[in-house]
Amino acid sequence: MTEFWSEAAKVLLFMVSCVLTNNFIFSRFLGCCPFLGVSNRVETAFGMGMAVTFVMALASLFTYIVYTWVLVPLNLSYLSTISFILIIASLVQVVEMFLKKSAPALYGALGIYLPLITTNCAVLGVCILNIGGPTTVAGMTIEYNLIYSVLNGVFGALGFLLAIVLMAGVRERLETADIPAPLRGFPSSLIIAGLMSIAFMGFKGLV
Amino acid sequence: MDILNILFPLLVLGAIGLIFGLVLGFVGKKFAVEADERVEKVRQCLGGANCGACGFAGCDAFAEAVVAGRAPVNGCTPGGNATAKAIGEIMGLEAGTLEPVVARVRCSGNCDNMVVRYEYKGMESCRAAAAIAGGPKACHFACVGLGDCRKACKFDAIVIENGVARIDPNRCTGCGMCEAACPRQIIHLLPRSQTILVACRNKAIGRIARLQCRTACVACGRCVKQCPSEAIAVVDGVAQIDETKCTRCGACVPACPMHCIHNLFEENLA
Repeated sequence: MTEFWSEAAKVLLFMVSCVLTNNFIFSRFLGCCPFLGVSNRVETAFGMGMAVTFVMALASLFTYIVYTWVLVPLNLSYLSTISFILIIASLVQVVEMFLKKSAPALYGALGIYLPLITTNCAVLGVCILNIGGPTTVAGMTIEYNLIYSVLNGVFGALGFLLAIVLMAGVRERLETADIPAPLRGFPSSLIIAGLMSIAFMGFKGLV
Repeated sequence: MDILNILFPLLVLGAIGLIFGLVLGFVGKKFAVEADERVEKVRQCLGGANCGACGFAGCDAFAEAVVAGRAPVNGCTPGGNATAKAIGEIMGLEAGTLEPVVARVRCSGNCDNMVVRYEYKGMESCRAAAAIAGGPKACHFACVGLGDCRKACKFDAIVIENGVARIDPNRCTGCGMCEAACPRQIIHLLPRSQTILVACRNKAIGRIARLQCRTACVACGRCVKQCPSEAIAVVDGVAQIDETKCTRCGACVPACPMHCIHNLFEENLA
């Protein structure tokens, strides 16, 4: 019983660390392109975050399966990057077709950034982190198995969702603000991103 | 053995690609979006000027609306009967015939005929000029002549000549954008065959109209008496021709002492 609880605590801590302390955008600096590109509106940012969540969850699942049970037994682990990109690209295609059918408005709003999830480094990043050896959370060593890989994908993506929605919220409020002309648009966005990154460093002691 | 080292990874990667490709193909079938190819066909029939005469945001929006049944097949005025017929064929509907229309300027108060009260040096806009003490021209019903209609026209059919807008009937498609842009409401869409035009909208009484402009309608009623088909009536102090009764005989044109009834027959031929 105590073993179960300690394992549950470990999982919980791992989730929190994925979302807050090891946030993909603010502490790993992965996935900054959509973070700055699609954070104009909270609605589209949320749609982007959900699309990335879907892709990252499935990508971490499939890449782990393919790597562990196909590439490693066949001594082909050097093919990991190219096969991961293949998997990610197909998943993005699925998301694209799904959105085109079920949410044409969101499909139009995401525009070019939707196929660009393929090259979102957060997605490839999570896949490569999952095969890159154990990590340490709150003094506990976590070996990435199938469950932890998928958890890493899902909660890492939720961290991305949180970051991009927060960013969109700030940018929406700043839209009507009287910002000095040289700082309007991307300069102020970059400053905001930096400040938010510093703020997220405050979570470092949490886990 | 060496060649196998190359072939084996290729095969494995190919197999992974094949599996994902098959899944993608299946998903693609499942989530296929049926695009109505009629939209593209209808769009091909339209001019592409995005003039907005149909009341939609442009030719693309109109094409979608036609296919969705929200717009009539003959809704494109500039396209006329040929476009309506082509769209009708795509949609399998009878287009009906449209009487082709053309925009006409109902004013002849150019700089020679009109008393100009002040020199206007503001922004180039009829609407702005008309708001300053009723505009520079004495007649409050006249063409201001600063070209709001010319800016609205997508077909370069309007020129300002000597202070009055002139519409080239051969370029005019009858979209009606100038009619909406004119702050004085002196541009009207009339049937193309209606070649007799009372080129004045001055509703002031004859004496005042006479003082304002040399070619103002003074509502004398001589055209009414001359008309053999009783098509002309003086309404609101201006002669008006009922185009359903008018036979285009032109008897009223020489009868007008103010020369404000125009016979556009020759202009129409050009």
